[in-house]
Amino acid sequence: MDVYSGAVHVVDDVCYDVIACLNEREEEHTADTLKEPSVLVDLRKGFEQRYKEDEIKDALSDVIELTEAGQLFVKDTYECMIEEVKKRKTVVKALCLHIAHDCNLACKYCFAEEGEYHGRRALMSYEVGKKALDFLIAHSGNRHNLEVDFFGGEPLMNWQVVKDLVAYGREQEKIHNKHFRFTVTTNGVLLNDEVQEFVNKEMDNVVLSLDGRKEINDLMRPFRNGKGSYDLIVPKFQKLADSRNQERYYIRGTFTRNNLDFSQDILHFADLGFKQMSIEPVVGDESDPYAIREEDIPAIKEEYDKLAKIMIEREKEGKGFNFFHFMIDLDGGPCVAKRLSGCGSGTEYLAVTPWGDLYPCHQFVGQEEFLMGNVDEGIVKPEIADDFRSCNVYSKDKCRDCFAKFYCSGGCMANSYNFHGTIHDTYDIGCEMQRKRVECAIMIKAALAEE
Amino acid sequence: MKHVKTLNTQTMNNNMKKSGCGECQTSCQSACKTSCTVGNQTCEQKK
Repeated sequence: MDVYSGAVHVVDDVCYDVIACLNEREEEHTADTLKEPSVLVDLRKGFEQRYKEDEIKDALSDVIELTEAGQLFVKDTYECMIEEVKKRKTVVKALCLHIAHDCNLACKYCFAEEGEYHGRRALMSYEVGKKALDFLIAHSGNRHNLEVDFFGGEPLMNWQVVKDLVAYGREQEKIHNKHFRFTVTTNGVLLNDEVQEFVNKEMDNVVLSLDGRKEINDLMRPFRNGKGSYDLIVPKFQKLADSRNQERYYIRGTFTRNNLDFSQDILHFADLGFKQMSIEPVVGDESDPYAIREEDIPAIKEEYDKLAKIMIEREKEGKGFNFFHFMIDLDGGPCVAKRLSGCGSGTEYLAVTPWGDLYPCHQFVGQEEFLMGNVDEGIVKPEIADDFRSCNVYSKDKCRDCFAKFYCSGGCMANSYNFHGTIHDTYDIGCEMQRKRVECAIMIKAALAEE
Repeated sequence: MKHVKTLNTQTMNNNMKKSGCGECQTSCQSACKTSCTVGNQTCEQKK
């Protein structure tokens, strides 16, 4: 992959070696410098035992062609844009509404401490929710599409307010020429026909939490009485996914060091009939027995490889499915401005607590140093937004030489804060996994392109 | 080209000029809520 053009080339051995050799020279290559006779002479000398002269000449000629086309040895032309990105005026375009700080499950890894977020149990009132939507509209500038995720705890525990807020949003979007994209993240316990019908009518996406195989799910996602949740929720999720034509939803699991063989859980999802899935690595304190440790990385990488190979087989058999982290759009994807500016937390994206406090994102809720304001007064600590706005792939040393930097855009700032006490660093284990996922995503594209 | 097969039809720097409309989805909001993966987002301009 050529980092700065995003071009992905499948090359044979001789071409691979030629590019690697040129790369090692640490010179800036252009089509003109590559055409200098000394380049070919040096390559021939270096590879005379391994490749025929003509092969090397041909490979170099391909390399020159790619370089001329701006698909290889492309220079970094983005770093100079970064001041512009940092100074850019941002508008708020997405809110995560913590509609219920309460939960009917007691998942052992919950970052929100069983929905309570280091605070008290609470449900968001309609009034607070309305003010949040008003705040979003008022601060969204010219943005037409506005996203609102109903999150928790468990949002279905405050279902009437969700429905009322959707109705309010639909009324307001007409007045202000906006479009709300509502989404909901649920554990499924309270899912029923009425909820399903409403979700299908109003929600652009729905995230359904399930960890995979019954024993894996029930170990980490029990009810408060210790009983597993799998048997109750799986049929409901299957029915919902089918009713949405297997689109616009994700079945979303968390893997921990208890199931480093998580590809089995993904396949379990596929065998249950799901087509859209995501499995996330748990993020926990090193002292948590289920937390991913550095020593787990080789096994996790192997598991991603295994999953990628199985996905290729299933695709070829006509039984393919989408895995969120292997989805990659090589023909464009997000624009450079988006890739440089990252996830938007603290600037374009904010989380709202049940009582109307504003935080940079759902992961920061309850950490008082990140309290940015509230739905009545708006942002009262703009310096927090400024700090988040200044955070990007060029502000982090670890991102500088990473090939995947334009795919993760610097990674999750909450993870960085949790591990290093600053948002301007990276969560190293997360980086290892991210690089592997990008690699696998490309490998899948390459394998399917060969067909 | 004998030695190379390129998987993309266009590259990243081609869309510099029209970049930054901001209408796209926030990154982890409605899919995973955990890992920031910008690279798999869809551009609203191409829908």
